[in-house]
Amino acid sequence: MNEQVLVVFPHPDDEAFGVAGTILAHTQEGIPVTYVCLTLGDMGRNLGSPPFANRETLSDIRKTELDEACRQLGISDLRRFGIRDKMVEFTDQDVLAERIFDVIEDVNPSLVITFYPGYAVHPDHDAAGFAAVNAVKKLPKGERPTVYALAFKEGCEEVLGEPDVVRDVRPFAEQKLKVIEAHQSQTSGMIESMRNQLLGLEEDVKSHLTFERFWTYPVDEDD
Amino acid sequence: MQPIEPIEVQRRLDMLAGEPLYIHLETTNGAYASHRDSSFFSAGTFFRNAQLTFLHGKITGDGPFRIGFETELGWLYAEGLTDWTVDSEERLLMAGHDQEGKLAIALEFSRKPFPK
Ligand SMILES: [Zn+2]
Repeated sequence: MNEQVLVVFPHPDDEAFGVAGTILAHTQEGIPVTYVCLTLGDMGRNLGSPPFANRETLSDIRKTELDEACRQLGISDLRRFGIRDKMVEFTDQDVLAERIFDVIEDVNPSLVITFYPGYAVHPDHDAAGFAAVNAVKKLPKGERPTVYALAFKEGCEEVLGEPDVVRDVRPFAEQKLKVIEAHQSQTSGMIESMRNQLLGLEEDVKSHLTFERFWTYPVDEDD
Repeated sequence: MQPIEPIEVQRRLDMLAGEPLYIHLETTNGAYASHRDSSFFSAGTFFRNAQLTFLHGKITGDGPFRIGFETELGWLYAEGLTDWTVDSEERLLMAGHDQEGKLAIALEFSRKPFPK
């Protein structure tokens, strides 16, 4: 099977913090990455530091930011689902899983990256993870892609164990910072401290700038 | 947005009385507040495109500001407002930003529905 990655997240910038290094590792090998971003991030609290956006301009600003982040990441297939930010868990869940399934049928991914349902803190994250997993499960067992799931809820390791996939993304740390920086309205106040952190954290396995950690989701297990 | 200029805002509020308006009202602590500090009790709300007609409205306080509107059947109230603008679509947008510049409250009025 040809390699193809499908990333499913709810917010523009979710791809930056948790998985930019992993995405870069794939795109730089010429492996295509499709990114389904469920919302426009239009209910974010961060409006720039100092604020340069308002509630009504934020969606357009974040569209431009995500375009730039995707350019940095080498993602040419970005699909925005346009759900209102914060409302992912309240939209019709069957319709959402079906829409993601349509993308799966279209691009035939070998790897899906999403949030670990129930362990991703923000209700939109959990809902995105649920929908992505449910979409994958529409395929017959044995034909389902691998799912890397991202978890960061307090205490998640006590339940899920240690992440089984730990990717060294130090070669991409600078580029990852650029992706984070592209989301200016969300990150403009923190870039400097992250850059300094990077110098001190070279060996820190827990820093997402140096290592990205995933749990392989048991897609073939029955619910 | 600019810091609220209460006299100017009051002038705008007076212009909005008596006609049906679409309203966006929102308060937020952010979805991560309780994740970062488990003792923090997070509550928030928003509605978008509720329609109300005001009898009259008033801005008070020395900043952050309060706004109260009376309708035929009840009230709309918001506090913690710091900044405002009237955008190119003639919508009155007000917001309260905390010390870090993050949104804490938004109160917006428009004659046409806001995009969903
Ligand atoms: Zn997010």
